[in-house]
Amino acid sequence: MTQENSTLIIKDAETYFVVPISRPDFGSSGKTGSWRTERPVVNEEKCTKCLYCWLYCPEDTILRREDDMVYVDYDYCKGCGICAAVCPVNAIEMVPEVKRGEN
Amino acid sequence: MPVRLADFPRVRYGMPGNAACPGCPETMGLRYVKMALGDDVVLVIPAGCSSVIQGYTPKSGINFPILNIVFASAASAASGMQAAFESQGKDTTVIVWAGDGGTGDIGFQAMSGAAERNDNIMYICADNEAYMNTGIQRSSLTPYGAWTTTTWTGKKEHKKNIPMIMIAHEVPYVATATVGYPQDFIDKLRKAAKIKGFKYIHLLAPDPVGWKFDPSLTAKLGQLAVQTGLFPLYEYENGKLTVSVFSRLYRKPEKRVPIIEYIKVQGRYAQLMKDPEKIKGLEEEIERQWKWIDILEKSSNPSSVAQQIIKENK
Ligand SMILES: Cc1ncc(C[n+]2csc(CCOP(=O)(O)OP(=O)(O)O)c2C)c(N)n1
Ligand code: SF4
Ligand code: SF4
Ligand code: SF4
Repeated sequence: MTQENSTLIIKDAETYFVVPISRPDFGSSGKTGSWRTERPVVNEEKCTKCLYCWLYCPEDTILRREDDMVYVDYDYCKGCGICAAVCPVNAIEMVPEVKRGEN
Repeated sequence: MPVRLADFPRVRYGMPGNAACPGCPETMGLRYVKMALGDDVVLVIPAGCSSVIQGYTPKSGINFPILNIVFASAASAASGMQAAFESQGKDTTVIVWAGDGGTGDIGFQAMSGAAERNDNIMYICADNEAYMNTGIQRSSLTPYGAWTTTTWTGKKEHKKNIPMIMIAHEVPYVATATVGYPQDFIDKLRKAAKIKGFKYIHLLAPDPVGWKFDPSLTAKLGQLAVQTGLFPLYEYENGKLTVSVFSRLYRKPEKRVPIIEYIKVQGRYAQLMKDPEKIKGLEEEIERQWKWIDILEKSSNPSSVAQQIIKENK
């Protein structure tokens, strides 16, 4: 097959088939923080930086500062409460969201 | 090598804003695959929750290149993809990431074929013990006594033991893991990725929706499954079975956490809670698991045992 031929075939394919390719990106289902009914709040006084919450958070919405102090990405945290449940020193409290859409 | 958390770079391994339910074990598991193996990985995903977790095109909520494919073809497609990479001189890790239905029922023949050919792929079964994506129907991996929409009064049959079936294929590596012990899972992924041939990892994935528990308990239930002895963690490598560190204590029945602690927080076992006689059925599952482990550990090399038997019969 010549180069020209293969280009033609590909061009034809492009004309007739639209191949949908999705690429990894934040928010493929929107700002999932709005799903939350309770928000995790980190008590920095109590936190020992063990990183368990960071390890277990399914959404990757526990973030680490330079010194490994943890904080929450409220745009996408779904409020499951796993971070609070696995914290060995109860440094994360689940606080009811006051009003929807306030974050 | 034990995994140290602070050694992991501060990068986003998961993909926030995906379509998974809060507390989803599959997003947890996929994040650990990224932490363990990095970027040179392609996933092959048959239908299941992980097809949906990706969310809406043009974005994807899973942080890997993915080939979405039909149930019957996942393992064979992965074998072909791996061969294509190899012919290009690339050693990209190709992983089938499938549910328990996709593994133990509908995709079983393709997986068994790839294992028999010893194709150089990794197969991970994210076992949430039912067909969750279509609304919680029983699979052959749903455990005894569990409610699903097709087992209203609790499943009457026992859970199919897929890891042991894969050991019987005599592939180079078989392991069990759970999202309750991510360090153990990450260790096993890294080990498996270095081995050439067919690798199988069975990942127990407690599911807050299908098992009816509070989503904050996903990790805890993964740990309880191990601590009750119901889901032993082990590795099978080159004909040798080893019980993993997190499970060693619980091989002695008297050290195990009572099974009631595991079932009382799961709505799917409400029937068992009403009828303590039936709890015996789950206790039998624990015994069966450990019986197989004992047998394999003792013989250490089942193929040599098989050869021995053949010799004796001649
Ligand atoms: C051949 C075929 N049969 C049935 C279906 C419908 N279907 C889509 S996802 C799914 C459930 C998959 O369950 P499992 O493999 O356990 O994965 P989970 O959703 O639990 O992650 C089913 C039955 C299908 N897509 N193709
Ligand atoms: S509540 Fe759940 S999603 Fe939110 S930070 Fe904690 S573990 Fe992550
Ligand atoms: S689990 Fe608790 S102590 Fe450990 S890093 Fe998170 S908040 Fe801090
Ligand atoms: S049903 Fe279970 S496995 Fe499926 S997305 Fe929801 S939590 Fe995850």
